[in-house]
Amino acid sequence: MSKMHISTMVNGQPEEALCEPHQSLLDVLRDEMGLTGTKEGCGTGDCGACTVQLDGRLVCSCLVLGAEADGKEVTTIEGIANPDGLHVVQQKFLEHAALQCGICTPGFIVAAKALLDKDPDPDETTIRYWLAGNLCRCTGYDKIIRAVQDAAAELAQSS
Amino acid sequence: MAEALDLKAIGTRPIRPDGVEKVTGRANFGADMVLPGMIHAKVLRSPHAHARIKSVDVSRAAAMDGVYAAISGKDMPVEGANDLGINILARDKALYHGHAVAAVAARTPALAESALDLISVEYEELKPVLSIDEAIADGATLVNENMYTNGDRSQPPSNVAAMQTIERGDVEKGFAEADVVVENEYRVPTAHQGYIEPHACIASINEAGRATIWCCTQGQFDVRSMTAGVLNKKVSDIKVIPSEIGGGFGGKTTIYLEPVAVKLSELSGRPVKMVMSREEVFRATGPTSATLCRVKVGAKNDGTVTAATAWLAYEAGAFPGAPVGPGCMSVLAPYDLENLRIEGRDVLVNKPKVAAYRAPGAPQSMHAMECTMDDVARKIGMDPLDLRLKNAADEGTVAPYGPKFPAIGLVECLKAAKEHPNYLSKPADGVGRGVAVGFWFNIGMQSSAEVRIAENGAVTIMEGSPDIGGSRASMCLMASETLGVPYETINAHVGDTEATGFCNVTGGSRTTFATGLAVVQACEDIIAQCKERAALTWDLDVEQVDWQDGQAVPKPGVNADVSPLSLADIAGSAGRTGGPLLGRASLNAQGPGASFSVNWTDVEVDRDTGKVDVLAFTAVQDAGRAIHPAYVEGQMQGGAVQGLGWALNEEYIYDQNGVMENAGFLDYRVPVASDMPMIDCQIIEVPNPSHRYGVRGVGETPIVAPLAATSNAVRDALGFRINDLPLSPPRVLAALEENA
Repeated sequence: MSKMHISTMVNGQPEEALCEPHQSLLDVLRDEMGLTGTKEGCGTGDCGACTVQLDGRLVCSCLVLGAEADGKEVTTIEGIANPDGLHVVQQKFLEHAALQCGICTPGFIVAAKALLDKDPDPDETTIRYWLAGNLCRCTGYDKIIRAVQDAAAELAQSS
Repeated sequence: MAEALDLKAIGTRPIRPDGVEKVTGRANFGADMVLPGMIHAKVLRSPHAHARIKSVDVSRAAAMDGVYAAISGKDMPVEGANDLGINILARDKALYHGHAVAAVAARTPALAESALDLISVEYEELKPVLSIDEAIADGATLVNENMYTNGDRSQPPSNVAAMQTIERGDVEKGFAEADVVVENEYRVPTAHQGYIEPHACIASINEAGRATIWCCTQGQFDVRSMTAGVLNKKVSDIKVIPSEIGGGFGGKTTIYLEPVAVKLSELSGRPVKMVMSREEVFRATGPTSATLCRVKVGAKNDGTVTAATAWLAYEAGAFPGAPVGPGCMSVLAPYDLENLRIEGRDVLVNKPKVAAYRAPGAPQSMHAMECTMDDVARKIGMDPLDLRLKNAADEGTVAPYGPKFPAIGLVECLKAAKEHPNYLSKPADGVGRGVAVGFWFNIGMQSSAEVRIAENGAVTIMEGSPDIGGSRASMCLMASETLGVPYETINAHVGDTEATGFCNVTGGSRTTFATGLAVVQACEDIIAQCKERAALTWDLDVEQVDWQDGQAVPKPGVNADVSPLSLADIAGSAGRTGGPLLGRASLNAQGPGASFSVNWTDVEVDRDTGKVDVLAFTAVQDAGRAIHPAYVEGQMQGGAVQGLGWALNEEYIYDQNGVMENAGFLDYRVPVASDMPMIDCQIIEVPNPSHRYGVRGVGETPIVAPLAATSNAVRDALGFRINDLPLSPPRVLAALEENA
């Protein structure tokens, strides 16, 4: 089977890759583009460690074919910080000790940023349901929720 | 250790030194490593839970285009065919569904996967042994025909690999003195650690027989020795480089892939990468024991427990080694008892070999005990905390397993719980509340640390404990406290097996205690050297120099007209005073100090669906001294939620052939954010006299009490007890119908 050529925008930069038709977007990001910040925890869309944004929509990149990303925009964890420094969600994860092992963290941060982009003032229940597709086995979620709440508060103050 | 310490760094909550790497996706975990020329390997696994392997033929797979090597168990050295080696690659029998039988290395993972189809295995199916009841029944099929209980060959072979008993006093007399006796039987199902990162490694071996392994592990030195054993190599021929680790909870204290990857690298001449799928993680790694526990407690009407017995049987999987020993040792540990008897059995079944899981063995046995205690409290009409206080172990109590407890914090935790606003506020109508106590021994063991001072005074800690939950931050805080220099000037590195001195695993809640102690001592070594350098510079005797707030100063009364010398001053001129500053310590840490906890939870049960909602959860635990309180709370919260998952939903569901039917996160349902409330924490500090700053390990105790606390809360809500776990909707609904 011959490889497919795809052209995408990844974190604002044009990226091209050759991929197998069966290769997931996750594998293309990790293996063909060297963007290993996006993690694989299950490969079946249950854990959210591979969460990225595809044309602004949150997806499990393990459930999207690489070929489907052709002509689309992808945002990964590597695209969350900016030249001025960390995004406020990243900073709050650090301040609140919202990570222990850190393997789920990229997926949580991409998902949490997407939530705050859409809903700058979510209540606790909204945050918990928005992040219900991201598994964390270390923290019990408490400090993750507080980090997102604090990030929302800080964004509200600075806007 | 009663004197108050004037602490500056310890007890603060700075950002972890590896934090930025981990929130930006830069940190490299097990599957993130790549090497030039790397190929990929996949494993063929047994479709049967119990079968004789009559033949394995990998030749067709090996001949496929793009395949570099293919192996089965017979390609591995016979000297390495111990339990670990046979678990990694089956020899003459497949012992559980998912047991590795052969492996293929190919240019891509997909090619390796498709080559597995070309391997022919001839099996003779055998009857699988799938439960403790089946395994210990007369005439049971044997998982291992050569297994004799406790090695006693005067008896016929058995599925009971080992039995043990702990006894004290006269339990019959104790029960006779009791006003109430409660006896019950409890089953806890197989559960998995559920770390989010699947096992992964890369191995590369050269023509001189020197192997390098990159992998995610809780202990690089254990990977080295275990891999050496299975491959019949010298430990000095293997270098292990630990990646960042995406959770372990005990499940990454052993190996599954590394010897296979080394063997395939040897045959192919290429670096070989192996990454497990989530399904493989469930089917072939880690779970902890399913258990059957019978507990009997006798008490007087004033709450005094007069006798307690526990009969514990733990599934080991297909190889001996269930954590029934610690299950026995912990089951009655919170209590000061005159009369007790504990019996444990390590039982073989055709399921994956169990691995350590956070406080291995304690959650299951203590679930049984703490549920029984709850029933005793109800029978005599006593507050469940008061019943525990009446019988609580304290300093000087002889633990059921032998030693006298040094300073411990159970009584302090119970008293704090009684005064806690979350306990003082009574649950609303229809809401059930359950209380339970948790305990874990903690361990010490061997650690090494080096502290290196750069020419600008910056501090680098080199240690051997993989950082699984923020331990680098704790090391830096203890170094900051000891040296008297700012936390921000310190960094901590986890070294490979050749970069750092020997270190036992990150496990047993030992890292902050034991490796922390090594870091403290290495810093004290630096201070001693700095005093010598200052004395030399000032032309004083070293006894005339003190170390205060990160500076060398003349001792009070010493007549010297000199300015203090900072760590940076001394390091900057170290070339003139004897060379670089390098502090070292290695130790076998003694006196880890047990950690006790008290948990309570409020739950609501939906009587139409059987769903249990957790409304509130509070954890009180003795940390000895919380070095970085946010990461101590993190252990308490994470352990609580892991325990709640086990209590409410998590279980391996097997079909009649021993095939796990829920080998994925969709059906093996771990708690998600929307299932859980905030987890309130109160840290108690009863300092451990064996640690410079009073640390006792905190990582494992938190998972112990939530099982019984949840069961007791559901009991409170329903008005009747459900003995077995999980308290999943189908089980609760069935119990509601039965009790209607």
